[in-house]
Amino acid sequence: MTTRLTAAAEGCSGCRVCQLVCALTHVQENNVKKAAIGIRGYFPAPGRYEVEVCDQCGQCATVCPEEAIVLQDGAWTIDSDRCSGCGVCVDSCPRGVIFRHPDRAVPVKCDACGECVPFCSRGVLAIQKEGDT
Amino acid sequence: MSELHGYGGRILRVDLTRGTHRIEPVEPRLAEDYVGGRGFVARVLYDEIPPGADPLGPENKLLMAAGPLSGTFLPCASKAHLGAKSPATGGYGDANVGGHLAMEMKHAGYDLLIIEGQADRLSYLVVDDDQVAIRDAEALRGKGSIATETELKRVLGDDFQIATIGPAGERLVKFACITHDFGRQAGRAGMATVMGAKRLKAIAIRGSRGFPVADPEGVLAAGRAMFETIFGLPGFKDWTPYGTAGVTDWVNKVGAFPTRNFQTGFFEAHAEIGGKALRDRIHILDKGCFGCPIPCGKYSRVIVDGEPVYVEGPEYETVAMIGGDCCLDSIEAVAHVNAVMDDLGLDTISGGNVIAFALECAEKGIITPADVDGRELKFGDLDSVLWLTRRIAAREGIGDLLAEGVREAAAQLGKGSDRFAIHVKGLEVSGYDPRYAAAMALAYMTCDVGAHHNRAWAITHDVAVGRDRVEGKAARVIELQHLRPLFDMLGVCRFPWVEVEFEPSRYAEIYRPVTGQDRSWEELLRCSERVWNLTRMFWMRHLPGFGRQADQAPPRWYQEPATSGPTAGKNLSRETLEALLDDYYRLRGWDANGRPTRDTLKALGLDFTLADLERGVG
Repeated sequence: MTTRLTAAAEGCSGCRVCQLVCALTHVQENNVKKAAIGIRGYFPAPGRYEVEVCDQCGQCATVCPEEAIVLQDGAWTIDSDRCSGCGVCVDSCPRGVIFRHPDRAVPVKCDACGECVPFCSRGVLAIQKEGDT
Repeated sequence: MSELHGYGGRILRVDLTRGTHRIEPVEPRLAEDYVGGRGFVARVLYDEIPPGADPLGPENKLLMAAGPLSGTFLPCASKAHLGAKSPATGGYGDANVGGHLAMEMKHAGYDLLIIEGQADRLSYLVVDDDQVAIRDAEALRGKGSIATETELKRVLGDDFQIATIGPAGERLVKFACITHDFGRQAGRAGMATVMGAKRLKAIAIRGSRGFPVADPEGVLAAGRAMFETIFGLPGFKDWTPYGTAGVTDWVNKVGAFPTRNFQTGFFEAHAEIGGKALRDRIHILDKGCFGCPIPCGKYSRVIVDGEPVYVEGPEYETVAMIGGDCCLDSIEAVAHVNAVMDDLGLDTISGGNVIAFALECAEKGIITPADVDGRELKFGDLDSVLWLTRRIAAREGIGDLLAEGVREAAAQLGKGSDRFAIHVKGLEVSGYDPRYAAAMALAYMTCDVGAHHNRAWAITHDVAVGRDRVEGKAARVIELQHLRPLFDMLGVCRFPWVEVEFEPSRYAEIYRPVTGQDRSWEELLRCSERVWNLTRMFWMRHLPGFGRQADQAPPRWYQEPATSGPTAGKNLSRETLEALLDDYYRLRGWDANGRPTRDTLKALGLDFTLADLERGVG
């Protein structure tokens, strides 16, 4: 079974509340730069935001030399005890959604916890669970 | 207090003359007495701008401050506060902007930027955490705000937040505005004019380090509760689709919509320019500031000469000042002018007011076709409005005169044009016609940057208790003048309270886990009262003789009743306005000439301003 965070293609207002919730939940810091969600604005034209989220493709787990990225509750999760901070996963992520921060050796990756979802006032975020069958 | 929580804890001071910078600590006492944001701006401007300083000279300083709640996890923690001695008024000036600037400043570890001196050529400032650089901006000279932001994001990185001026700021138009995030403005009191005078084209900021909060789990819990409350309020669903423009119908219904240069308070075509027309005809995206669940930003697109033109807005003030006051009767026309003004870097409030003034002067024969390239300028004519807009930004011909604002333009034009100059203290009145709304009139007369609505949006009180009633009005205005600017001190937007009826005192709930300090809402309001009195003392310090005379309403309000609509034939008398001022001064602990008394200043801990009382004697 895979659990993933999804983002609708339209409707993000760019408020970044999801990033705040993410960082407060995972690293207990009020710092949007330590979130596992990317938001990019396309302005002045065509005038929209894109939310960049991990689709749990697992590519990172296959390239990790330490085998530190493990499937946990249906989502690929970085085991910070095993992570060496080499950054191979960051460079090989096809969607560019594993993030580094100068303060942290371990990159930040979405574990599909879903804490951000209820705070998205535009209803863009959702958690999708897919069975094995 | 060992470490400040909720603050970056640092001040970045940049000297453009020498090309140097230094980082200073935020003193805990400053944070305690002045909270942040507007409070920091008011205290530092008071301390550091010498009396007599030319607003356009190197002695003036441009400040940008975040508040302790800016950038934290609570609804709408987005606000940055800019301040300087105003080139529009000569007195205290400030302006507020949402978007992502305050969050980014705080993430870079700064609560306050102090920009001093004057660069020897057009420059831009780059702040990347601890790295600070002043770079050449000659290649950006004359570029619009939108193009400048696009270019700086391309050169520096999309994750930089940009505050920029347009050509109007470079040419020192007195109502030039600072633009951020492709359509958010620090609009009023000429903050971009100060940037232009300092030859500072833009400020670019990126921060990664973050700032400490006292209790992260408490912040998460308190923020969660605040968001959940807002999601449950009726206004969350009802107000958000239309944003501020949604109030247009109501303002017309109560006859307070500035129309035809404040000749009246009702615009027949209001439904064509209000929130519903915006939503149905031109809106493409709800664009929010940092942390906002109720985005008022209505990103829109109109087609001009077959090409798409994008604009964030029009928000209510632009609808009122470009729509009603200049009589443009379609949302598309208003959005078009909005886009042009944003890109040129002109405040749409003063811009609309100044253009309406020029149109009335043309109507009354004071400005003749010979003054305007043989054109016949008319209310309701999009070409007239666009032509004047571009002339003003370029300071060409009549535009050079109008670029000084209505007070100065009327002084130079003469021929009784001062009757049509709708301003207080030299700042053009914004989007409410208060000629039959006593509290709103008093709010404009006593606002501490000149005629601006946002310190005390009192029109609803007038409608609720009686339009021309005097009793209780001054008290309500004072209450609002402490409450609303407190949001600017905390560094958050007031719309959750103003627009969707979120209880404001609940901000004290999250103030605690953010700062680690237990302060009551009443205590914070007292800090706001301190700041209000301090800005009053800034005016007295800089304008000898300042007092009651400066708080006078534009004569049109008491001399000419509204000519149409629900308030037709109505206005307030001069005596009513004077009675309002009497009440207001008494309740504030100011003398009959509008000067704070020694006792009032001492009780607020403003002893250091006492010497300015002597200076204020005219």
